[in-house]
Amino acid sequence: MNTSYTIDLSLMPTTLDLWHVYLIAAVLLLSLILIIVLLSMVISLAKKPKPAIIETEKTVKVTAEPEIKIVEKIVEVEKIVQAPAPEPVVLKEATPDAALQVLGLLQKEARFIDFIKEDIAAYSDADIGVAARVVHEGCNKAINEYFSLDVVRSDKEGSKVTLAKGFDASEVRLTGNIVGEAPFTGSLIHKGWQVTDIRLPKLTANHNAKIIAPAEVEL
Amino acid sequence: MNGLFGHVDKKNEHDNQEHQEHQEHQEHQEHQEHQEHQEHQENNASEHPESQEMDDQINEDSGRQYSVGIDLGTTHCVLSYVDLSKEEDDMTQEVMAVPQLTSPGAIENKQQLPSFLYLAHDAEIAEGSTALPWTATPEYLVGDIARNLGSKTPIRLVASAKSWLCHAGVDCKEPILPSEAPEDVTRVSPFQVTKAYLQHLKDAWQAEHPNAPLEQQDLIITVPASFDPAARELTVEAARSIGLNQALLLEEPQSALYSWIDNSLGDWRSHVSVGDVILVVDVGGGTTDLSLIAVTEQDGNLELTRVAVGDHILLGGDNMDLALAYTVKAKMEQESGGRLEAWQVQALTHACRDAKEKIFNDSELNNIPLVVPSRSSSLIGGSLRTELTREEVDRVLVEGFLPEVSVSDRPVARPKSGLRTKGLPYAQDAGVTRHLAAFLAKQHSAVEDLEHVNLPESATFLHPTAILFNGGVLKAEVLSTRLMKVLNSWLTAEQAPEARLLEGADLDLAVAKGASYYGMVRQGKGVRIKGGTAASYYVGVESAMPAIPGMAPEIEALCIAPFGMEEGTEQVLPDDEFGLVIGEPVRFRFFASNSRREDQVGTRLDYWNDEELEELDEIEITLPEEGRHAGEVVPVHLSAAVTEVGTLELHAISNQDDHRWKIEFDVRAGEE
Repeated sequence: MNTSYTIDLSLMPTTLDLWHVYLIAAVLLLSLILIIVLLSMVISLAKKPKPAIIETEKTVKVTAEPEIKIVEKIVEVEKIVQAPAPEPVVLKEATPDAALQVLGLLQKEARFIDFIKEDIAAYSDADIGVAARVVHEGCNKAINEYFSLDVVRSDKEGSKVTLAKGFDASEVRLTGNIVGEAPFTGSLIHKGWQVTDIRLPKLTANHNAKIIAPAEVEL
Repeated sequence: MNGLFGHVDKKNEHDNQEHQEHQEHQEHQEHQEHQEHQEHQENNASEHPESQEMDDQINEDSGRQYSVGIDLGTTHCVLSYVDLSKEEDDMTQEVMAVPQLTSPGAIENKQQLPSFLYLAHDAEIAEGSTALPWTATPEYLVGDIARNLGSKTPIRLVASAKSWLCHAGVDCKEPILPSEAPEDVTRVSPFQVTKAYLQHLKDAWQAEHPNAPLEQQDLIITVPASFDPAARELTVEAARSIGLNQALLLEEPQSALYSWIDNSLGDWRSHVSVGDVILVVDVGGGTTDLSLIAVTEQDGNLELTRVAVGDHILLGGDNMDLALAYTVKAKMEQESGGRLEAWQVQALTHACRDAKEKIFNDSELNNIPLVVPSRSSSLIGGSLRTELTREEVDRVLVEGFLPEVSVSDRPVARPKSGLRTKGLPYAQDAGVTRHLAAFLAKQHSAVEDLEHVNLPESATFLHPTAILFNGGVLKAEVLSTRLMKVLNSWLTAEQAPEARLLEGADLDLAVAKGASYYGMVRQGKGVRIKGGTAASYYVGVESAMPAIPGMAPEIEALCIAPFGMEEGTEQVLPDDEFGLVIGEPVRFRFFASNSRREDQVGTRLDYWNDEELEELDEIEITLPEEGRHAGEVVPVHLSAAVTEVGTLELHAISNQDDHRWKIEFDVRAGEE
C-alpha cells in the first residue's frame, strides 16, 4: 500500500475533482466574509465620529470660563448650553460701514459735518440760523428718505399712561419714583421714536465709506 | 395680419401640418425682419416687400406673462407692469423701483429714473464705483448720479434728449449732445441717449425678473402726442436696437386717460357721457402736451376717440423753477450789489423748487427763507440768505405761466432771428393758457364729424366738457385751480357749461401705469381709445407751371396720409407718378397738419397758411442700383402705411414691377 504522498509541483490536475470544488467554494466564502466585515467597519467608522466630537466639545464648553466674544452683526445672544455656568455674553458691534454711510448722507444732504465742525462762537445767532436752515432741511430730507420713523407711544406727551404687567422695558423707560409692582401709572414725558424701515443705499464692493465727503477741486 | 389669421383658420382642420407651417412662417419673418433692421442701420433705401410683417410677429405670441409700460419722459422715466397671469380682478399696476447709482459707489432703488446722462471723464470716477447690480462697468452713467454729477459739471451732462428727437433740423444719430460741451468731450447722439435709458430699464427689469425676459413681454412705450413721424420712428428703432422688437407706441395723453379709466375701477362710465369732450392737459418737466378725446357711442357702448393733439410745446416745470430762480437772483443781486455765480444760481434753482412746493402746499405760509449754502466747508460764514414770498410765486408762476387771458389771445412769437442757434426751440411764450387758447381755437372743427358732439354755432373755440390733468406741475392745487378757472371763464363767456375736473389721477406715474394698462386693453380687457395718426401728412411737389426767372417754383402740398389714419392700414397714391433716378437721392419737403381733417389721400393744396401746415424734416428716397443701371429713371408712386407699432412708413412703389423702397425720415443721417 502506497501511503506516502509525494509533492510534485510540476503536476497539474486535469479534471475538476471534488476536492478542488470544495477548495474553490471555501475561498469564495472566506472572501465574501472578509468583504462584509470590511464594509461594516467602514460604515460604522463613517457614522460614529461626529457624536464623539460633539461630546468632547460640550465638556470643553461647560468647563470653560465665561468669556466675552465679540461677533459682528449677531443680533441675539446665543444660548449654547443650559449648564449652571454663566452664559457667554455676546456683544454686537455696530458695522462701521452703515454708520459711515449715514454720516456721508447727512453731509451730502445737510452739510452736517461742515456745520458741526465749524466754530460757531465767532458768528451771530442770525448767521447760525441761516446755516441751521440748510442743516435742518437737509437732515429732514435725508432721514425721511432713508428711514421710516414712528413714535413709540402715540399718547399725547404729558398725559397719564398706564403700563400693564410685562411691558417691554426696552420700549418704555421708567424714571423717577419706581416702586411697587406693575401696572405702573405715570405721565408720558417723551413719546419715543422708533425706526420701522431702513432704506439705505447699497454700496459697490470697493466703495470707501470712510470718505464721507470727497474733496472738491474745480478746474 | 393675413398670414396670422390664415393660420388660425387652418388650425381647426389640419393641426399637424399647421405647426410645421407656422414654424416656417416665423423663421421667414425673423429673417426678413433682421434684414430690414440691418438695411435700416446702413441708411439705405431698403426693400420692403411686406409692410406688415412686424404686426404678425407681435400678435403671434400671446403667452406673455407681463404687460410692461415705459414712460420715456423728458425729465423722468418710469416703468410699470401688470402680471397678466393673474385673475382680472387682481391685476394691478406695479411701478418697478429702478436700481440706479445716486453718487459714485451708492445704489438706490427709485420709482423714477431721471432722464439724464453723464459723460464722465476717466479721471473723475474711481474704478469699480459705478457698478450696477447687473454690470460692473455700465457704458453710460444714467439716472440720479448723472443729474447729481451734472449739476456741478454741466458741460458733461445730457438732458432733455427726448426734445432733440423731435427737433427738425438736426440729425438725431449724429453725436451732438451735450450741445454746449467743449471739443474734448466725446458727444453722444439723442438716439444713443434714448437707447441708454431703455437699456438701463431693460437691465433693471432683467435683474428683477430673470425668468421673464423683457423681449418676451408685451411692451408699450409712450411718446408725446405731438411727436412727429421721425421721432416716433427713432424711439421704436432705439427699442429694437436693444432687442425690444415688440415695442408699441402709445401717446402720453391717451395713456394718462387709460390710467384714469383704470383707477376708476370700472366706474368711469358714470363720470363721462356721450357727447363729452375730454381735454387732457399734460404739463411735464420739459413739455406741455395737449389732446382732445371725444366720448361717442357705438351700438350702445361708450367709445373714446382721440380727435386732436396740440403742437410740441417745450415748456414745463423746469422752466418754472428757472423763472423763480432768476427772479430771486435779480432780487439778491440788487440787494447785495454783487453777481451770483453759476453754481449759486444752480443751488438757488434747487432751493426754489423745494420752497415753491411748500408755499403751494401750505396756504398759511407767506414767505420761505432761501439759503444758498457756500461750497466750502465753512457753511455758516459763506452762505447767502434771501426769501421767497408768496407774492413772487404768484406773480412769476401763476401769472407768468397761467395768466388770465381771453380765449382770443395767442402765444407771442418773437420773429426768429437770422442766426440759427444750435439749441432747442423752446417755447417763446411761457403762458400755458395762451397756448391752450390757441390750441382750442385751432381745433374748433375737430368734432364736426362726430354726431354725438354738438358745438354751438357761435362758438369761437372747441368747448371741452371735462378736463384731465397730468404731469407733476399740476399737482400744485394753485396751478390746477387757476387753469380750471381760466378755461371755465372762456366757456362761461360763450354760455357753455363749465368743464368738470376728472379726479383721481396719479399725476406723476399715470403715463407709465396707463401704458401697462393699455397692454391689457389690447388683449380685449377694457375700452380702447381710437385715434389713428395725429396729423395729416403732405409732401411738397412742384406745381406744373411755366418757370418764372428769379422765382422759386411754386410748391404744392400733396396729401399722402389723411388725419386719423388707423393703425394697420395703408393708403396708396397710384395716380401721382414721380420719376426717380437710380442711385441719386431724391428729397421731398415734408409737411404735417394737425388741423386739416378733410384732406384725403391725393388732395393737392396750392395754398396754405403757416398755422395749418408745419414743415418737418425733409424725407429722402434713394433707389439702389440692384439689377438696374445708374441713371435710369424709374416711375414710382407713393404709399403711406401706419404700422401696428404706431409709426408711419412711407414707400415708393415702382409702376413697372411693384418693387418697394422705403423712404427715410431721418435724412440728415450720414451727412456732413
